[in-house]
Amino acid sequence: MRPLTDEETKIMFEKLSKYIGENIKLLVDRPDGTYCFRLHNDRVYYMSEKILKLATNVSRDKLVSVGTCFGKFTKTNKFRLHITALDFLAPYAKFKVWVKPGAEQSFLYGNHVLKSGLGRITENTMQYQGVVVYSMADMPLGFGVAAKSTQECRRMDPMSIVVFHQADVGEFIRNEDTLT
Amino acid sequence: MAACSVEELLAKAEQEEAEKLRNITVHKDLDLDFDVGNLLASDKNRIDTRSFKEQNKEDFLRSLARDNTQLLINEIWKLPSERVEEAIVVKLPQPTTPLPREKPPPKPRPPTKWEQFAKLKGIQKKKKTNLVWDETAKEWRRRWGYKRANDDTKDWLIEVPETADPNEDQFAKRLKAKKERVAKNEFNRLKNIARAQKVKVPGLGLTPKAQQSRDELARAVSVAQTSTASVGMFQERLPKEKAPKNTGKKRKFQPLIGDFSNEKQKQLELLKIMDSKKPTLDVTKAVNKQMREEDREEAAAKYKKGAGKKGRKGNMSGKGKGKGGKGKGGKGGKAGGGKKRSKPGKR
Repeated sequence: MRPLTDEETKIMFEKLSKYIGENIKLLVDRPDGTYCFRLHNDRVYYMSEKILKLATNVSRDKLVSVGTCFGKFTKTNKFRLHITALDFLAPYAKFKVWVKPGAEQSFLYGNHVLKSGLGRITENTMQYQGVVVYSMADMPLGFGVAAKSTQECRRMDPMSIVVFHQADVGEFIRNEDTLT
Repeated sequence: MAACSVEELLAKAEQEEAEKLRNITVHKDLDLDFDVGNLLASDKNRIDTRSFKEQNKEDFLRSLARDNTQLLINEIWKLPSERVEEAIVVKLPQPTTPLPREKPPPKPRPPTKWEQFAKLKGIQKKKKTNLVWDETAKEWRRRWGYKRANDDTKDWLIEVPETADPNEDQFAKRLKAKKERVAKNEFNRLKNIARAQKVKVPGLGLTPKAQQSRDELARAVSVAQTSTASVGMFQERLPKEKAPKNTGKKRKFQPLIGDFSNEKQKQLELLKIMDSKKPTLDVTKAVNKQMREEDREEAAAKYKKGAGKKGRKGNMSGKGKGKGGKGKGGKGGKAGGGKKRSKPGKR
């Protein structure tokens, strides 16, 4: 486990800012204590200082996970968000998409959101903007990337893709062994 | 009676002798092909299938093998034999049957740098005579090696050249030059081997070369400086000497539990920089805004007209933006939705 280098921090923040914009500040500078990002096994964990200090008692090879896993760095040094980060992305999300109850299951099985399943979308969402997907009951289901801007969405035919799937809470069951 | 018995005995002995000879001589329709060098005999005679089927197959094969072996042994006996320590020994001739080799033939040695160059330039190897005339000794001597002709190591006097330093030891100079040549040759030999085995040439620091470039000299200096017991830790630097370039950089990470407030400050700083880099005018955003404006105008115009067209209510129309419109009059909102569907052709 080690702190992120400047470059890694930048890569991660750039990815996070696609979903929560400048709200990253709220993750870094929290009033309820000191929180930090730490890298372990190419994965970025977000944890409080207290947990971090406790985790130092565990040897590196035995440590599976600490705090919340935000995502991992790929071999090509890109950052990939994991579904476990949803708890922190959802409250601060700038752009949201609500899916109809009928399309919920399809999304939770890892499919893209189609126009027919789109319930609601935040105004002026741009194309390729990172969005958090909610059920109509305002339950965060996952996140993805807007395939079309809000304006374009209105003129699409019902079977075209509106949001590209990136992660959904179904992964907690599907990828149980690799998700930490 | 006794004489008779003697004759009988002789006859019997003769018969036995004949029997033995018959065992030794084997009759074959076609002669066998022998390759005594390989102890090989090949039988081209047809196999008598009838007798093979009639009698015991094992016995037939065994007798055939015995006969052929007998013929081979006979052939060996024809060769001149000698006796070595109670054993009769025959020298076998060269084998005639070509046998394929077990392993692939070895690859030819890759040419050395000189061989490549000579081939390129078409330089042929010229044979020099082994003996040359020695003026001083007045006799023919070998060109190289011990007691060679015109041996310059045996000079008891060397003329100092006019341009040279008079205090310089010319003998030492010659010896040094010779040692350098030997070292260079050895280095080239190793380089040739390295190139043949596709290993990187171990040339670090100052490799023997006619002219060293600036870069090479700088590298040689840095290698020499780090080649101490402390890996150059306590090496003194010259005044104005630059730090060595292209030396590996060790990754250094911040401590796991360090200054948290500093870490936070750094991250906030980074966020500030990232924010400032965002373009002030976002083209897609502006286009979207324009599109939305147009939609709104159209919807307003429709509403004023009060056209009673019943379009299918779009999913998007009300919830996205037109909440106010929907509240005012359901019909207008619906009409707007219907109009939007027909739009893509226009755009």
